[in-house]
Amino acid sequence: MTRAQIITRLLKPALFVLLLVPLALLTGRGITDNLGANPVETITYQTGLWALRLLLLTLAITPLCKVTGINEFVRLRRMTGLYSFFYALLHFATYAVLDHSLDLAAILADVVKRPYVTVGFSAFVLLIPLAATSHNRIIRLLGGKRWKRLHRLVYLCGLGGVLHYLWLVKADTLSPLLYLALFLGLMLFRIPPRTRAKLGDLLRRLVPIQRAQRLLKEER
Amino acid sequence: MLIKRPEAIKPSEITDQATYLERRRFIRDSGLLGVGVAATLAGLPWAKNSWAEAPDRRPFPELRKSPFSIDEKLTEYEDATSYNNFYEFGTGKSDPKENAQSFVPRPWSVVVDGACEKPGSYDLEDFLRPHPLEERIYRLRCVEAWSMVIPWVGFSLGDALKRFQPTSRAKYVAFYTLHDPERMPGQKRQVLKWPYREGLRMDEAMHPLAMLAVGMYGAELPNQNGAPLRLVVPWKYGFKSIKSIVRISFTEEQPVCTWNQVQPNEYGFYSNVNPNVDHLRWSQKKERRIGNWLKQETLMFNGYAEQVASLYSGMDLKQYF
Repeated sequence: MTRAQIITRLLKPALFVLLLVPLALLTGRGITDNLGANPVETITYQTGLWALRLLLLTLAITPLCKVTGINEFVRLRRMTGLYSFFYALLHFATYAVLDHSLDLAAILADVVKRPYVTVGFSAFVLLIPLAATSHNRIIRLLGGKRWKRLHRLVYLCGLGGVLHYLWLVKADTLSPLLYLALFLGLMLFRIPPRTRAKLGDLLRRLVPIQRAQRLLKEER
Repeated sequence: MLIKRPEAIKPSEITDQATYLERRRFIRDSGLLGVGVAATLAGLPWAKNSWAEAPDRRPFPELRKSPFSIDEKLTEYEDATSYNNFYEFGTGKSDPKENAQSFVPRPWSVVVDGACEKPGSYDLEDFLRPHPLEERIYRLRCVEAWSMVIPWVGFSLGDALKRFQPTSRAKYVAFYTLHDPERMPGQKRQVLKWPYREGLRMDEAMHPLAMLAVGMYGAELPNQNGAPLRLVVPWKYGFKSIKSIVRISFTEEQPVCTWNQVQPNEYGFYSNVNPNVDHLRWSQKKERRIGNWLKQETLMFNGYAEQVASLYSGMDLKQYF
């Protein structure tokens, strides 16, 4: 089997099943009456958390290709992205049905009034065109360049997702800050190499590591 | 600690029939008792405790019924003791139950100081001795838009405060939670400025609805719910009802309150339950009663407007939220 085949025939189906596990666990807890005292909150939290995790995983695939040199990993990207959308959809549906009983006016008022809902909702809405155009035929129809430009929206989705999480917690921001750091780390990879090199130079001048290393060597 | 265990059962210690019947009703309502016991025996992880199973908690044999009690379906004991905020034991809602098990709420004393005639450090037993305990079924509304109905055991806060003879300079009462990171591991992280502090205006504190609780569901308070002594102010958001109290202080100035200190534009000093004043980040119009799937309307002063609204007459509750 070629490397591409290993990834598409083995890794991809395995990942497909793996990414269903959070939903399966949640369903299992639901069936056994084990979702805690506030099941709606548990469902909302878990589906939201997995939507965010999988969005970050999607954003990690390109860096993974670059770091490992195995470009075939990119074949997993669409699926993780679609799974992120799937969990985001469950998350939004829970909110719309169980928090707001599908009262559209109340939902809109919430979206307009509350920043953490605004960014979360925007991230979800922006994921819709991305999910809708995640199909080979549509990519061909759009043309690769336009498709690529459209899919840069995913960066906004990621930002919306982490801010949504950060702005909703009351006092303990440790976990959302870790997600924010992870997101920013992944975004660093998107900075064009030349800019990155310049940034690196600047950093090196500010933090004279190399000079320090040279001095150490000379001493030896 | 609170009530001596009798050598033999005295007639006065026997649970009266009304209480007995009520307990039966809870058990029946929980519905899962049989399944729960069977599941527990089988070691199944989803076994649910019935409310009456507070294994290490001593029940209070005789409790007066309170006219302040409301007639609403009680939250299940399991839910009320496994889902709450008590950052001293972790910031997750199931953390308190998980991390408070080894906490030993004794020996315990309460320091009373500030503007009063009888300051001092009181052993908990001495602090409690003069007060007959009663059961009060109150609504509890968390600022996070969920709510419960809990049968507390305790007495009016004002009855205790009067004993220390607050002076005319006492305009407010401040409360402090125990600060001991070794016993309360959540305090090892500076999520909040420890110790947790809360406060009431003097007239709020003297209102008969405000109570000091030592128990719930007919037995001593579980550690995670604020053992051995906590405040319950049913018309205010839950965080005002400070847990595991070690100090009560009469002050002239409005005391610093923990959540108000964290985010003054989100958590006011008063923090009365008010569906018309939203939290900065979420609506307070509705709440999810634990046990229900859909939300219900939140009531002004959590349904206690008739009793407490007069405390705030002439005040703009949007300004003094």
